[in-house]
Amino acid sequence: MAATNVVEPKPKTNGGIVGWFAAGVGRILISIAVPLIAFVVLWQGFLFLRDSKAPQVILVLVAIVWGVGGVALLYTVTNWLVELLNPEWTRRLQPFVFVGPALAILAWFLFVPTIRTLVLSLRDATGLYWVGLSNYVYAFTDRVMLEAFRNNLLWMIFGTSFSVGLGLLIAVLADRTRFESAYKAIIFMPMAISFVGAGVIWKFVYSYKGSGSGIQEIGLLNAIVISLGGQAQPWLQQPPWNNFFLIIIMIWLQTGYAMVIISSAIKGIPSDLIEASRVDGASEVQAFFSITIPYIRGTLLTVTTTIVIFSLKLFDIVRVMTGGNYGTNVIANEFYLERFTYGNAGRASAIAIVLLIAVIPVMIYNLRQFRESKAF
Amino acid sequence: MATVKTRSFKQQKVASSLVVNGALVLICLVWIVPTLGIFITSFRDSQEIFRTGWWTVFPHRDYVPTQDIHMDQSVDVNGQISIPGVEGQYTFEQLRAGVTTPDGKKLTWFGNKRTRLIKESQLEWVAFNTNLTLKNYQDVLGGQTVTYKDANGNTIVRQGDNLIASFLNSVAVAIPATIIPILIAAFAAYGFAWLNFPGRKFLFTIVVALLVVPLQIALIPIVQDYTKLQLNGTYLSMWLAHTGFGLPLAIYLLFNYISQLPRDILESAFIDGASPYTIFTQLILPLSVPALASFAIFQFLWVWNDYLVALVFLGGQTPVLTVSLANMVGEKGQDWQLLTSGAFISMLLPLAVFFALQRYFVRGLLAGSVKG
Repeated sequence: MAATNVVEPKPKTNGGIVGWFAAGVGRILISIAVPLIAFVVLWQGFLFLRDSKAPQVILVLVAIVWGVGGVALLYTVTNWLVELLNPEWTRRLQPFVFVGPALAILAWFLFVPTIRTLVLSLRDATGLYWVGLSNYVYAFTDRVMLEAFRNNLLWMIFGTSFSVGLGLLIAVLADRTRFESAYKAIIFMPMAISFVGAGVIWKFVYSYKGSGSGIQEIGLLNAIVISLGGQAQPWLQQPPWNNFFLIIIMIWLQTGYAMVIISSAIKGIPSDLIEASRVDGASEVQAFFSITIPYIRGTLLTVTTTIVIFSLKLFDIVRVMTGGNYGTNVIANEFYLERFTYGNAGRASAIAIVLLIAVIPVMIYNLRQFRESKAF
Repeated sequence: MATVKTRSFKQQKVASSLVVNGALVLICLVWIVPTLGIFITSFRDSQEIFRTGWWTVFPHRDYVPTQDIHMDQSVDVNGQISIPGVEGQYTFEQLRAGVTTPDGKKLTWFGNKRTRLIKESQLEWVAFNTNLTLKNYQDVLGGQTVTYKDANGNTIVRQGDNLIASFLNSVAVAIPATIIPILIAAFAAYGFAWLNFPGRKFLFTIVVALLVVPLQIALIPIVQDYTKLQLNGTYLSMWLAHTGFGLPLAIYLLFNYISQLPRDILESAFIDGASPYTIFTQLILPLSVPALASFAIFQFLWVWNDYLVALVFLGGQTPVLTVSLANMVGEKGQDWQLLTSGAFISMLLPLAVFFALQRYFVRGLLAGSVKG
């Protein structure tokens, strides 16, 4: 293979000093011109997208081409520039052509904001004056926040346990039927639906017209309740039970996720393990608790943490269904209200930091797992 | 003895399979009926939506009006009322609430005492309701004024929601916000996996730590930056934000995949004098297609269904579908013909992607840990 490894001959410089100078200037000019042209093209695209009044379809097409092409162009041009340098510097800098953009974006969008939010949380509503820990005093003692904490706790406990429990039940049951994939596809389907869409779906289920003669309820739940001889209820306006009607939506959305992950873990259990337990005379239930559960414990933990984090950050469902009224407020909604409705950046930042603190145990666990995996 | 035993075992097996399938069918029904409800409602006439539940499109037994009975002026509506052709006597209050006669007819007084009108109806089988329409979809997609009739037949005028524009916005946000982070993450994952540079392990540890950071932590500073850069309301703001929030998981997943690629393929390419860039575009990208596809579906669904990021950065000027739909819930909470068709439009593309590429999606889910 060495034959193909040709060293490129140095460009002939038969013009002496002048030629060498011209070639050098040319090289420098090109290496300035190419990025410059690339930059101008991208900048013009940006201005066009920001200010143009062209029909929307055209804007969208330009946006897609510009966005995707721009990124590809950026990498190609920077790499081309780095490869112009002498080999030693190319070797040193090239890794940063690859990881640099990602690191820059991570720094801009996640790493630095964390610090900036921390600073903002110690300042007042406008971010101008230091106020010490008073935003945190608010975050941990105000009645509104305490209610949000309580509700998030409800979401975490009931939402997570039902999602994981039902997911486990369905995974185990479906594993022994012929129509497994059909059942699983139906339970999994809500994963493709937005929380806003899910909000509309369930708002219709819970809809309530009011009481009076001749009124026919068009909400499924009230129709069922009436046909069983009950009274129609405004389900979403009766605290604290309305929280549970919202949590049902989350269970509807998340059970599919839990089921898919658990199901694949169950399929990973060696069949001879199960068979051995059968030979030993273990019943289905015994085998479930003494083999299946211990074997998939790690998966259950992962699924549970993921859904707990999800329920902690939950925003869309509450925002769309009740707006946080009727005693259904949650932390992430209060964050949104503080910042974007009441314009209190300090309090909102403190609430965001509270959310961050809540996920730190998971972060530490992830880091420990990563260190043990010895990926490096 | 043995045959008896096997048979009972077999019967037991059939019975248990019936129970298992029955339970699963029941759960699946609970899962699918709410969605079915809005799907059917989105095709119904507005007046019917307000009058009756969506399940009445299926064949069912219902009270069907048979005749109007006009009470003569001589009848005293304050006492016991006897109705011609009907056994027994009823008070106005009873009739007002509706009474069922011994022969199964239902009598309901219409309006107040002065109308002297009783509606008689009878329980009958009602066939499939075929009065379905696409008008709701036309109304909700266009930006023009929309008129429809409510339960009492009053005409109501609403501003249309122009969901076509929102749909295009969603496409313009979602496609680059899917491809850009994948591209950037693939470059980075390759760098972390196969190139050596100082701080490599430390930087990757930070990526892992950022996996679970809630994006709320970033919103306030990023809004400040965007205001300074005049980026609020642009597609670019959304691409960058979704890239930033999606990158940790993308890098993590793609790193796991790319670092497992067979070493000798890459090494022989290195020996042949290929530059890292050539290796990346000619070897790594084609070899990583399964992982890229998995993450692409993941990210696409996430971006398409995102509400918070779009609400904060795009707001009302260029709303994506989720934002438009949420606004509709706020402004037109009872206009179910618009809400249901709007919801269905917002679900169309993700559901199609989901069912077409479910296998890749599941693979991506299994490979990923937790998303921040």
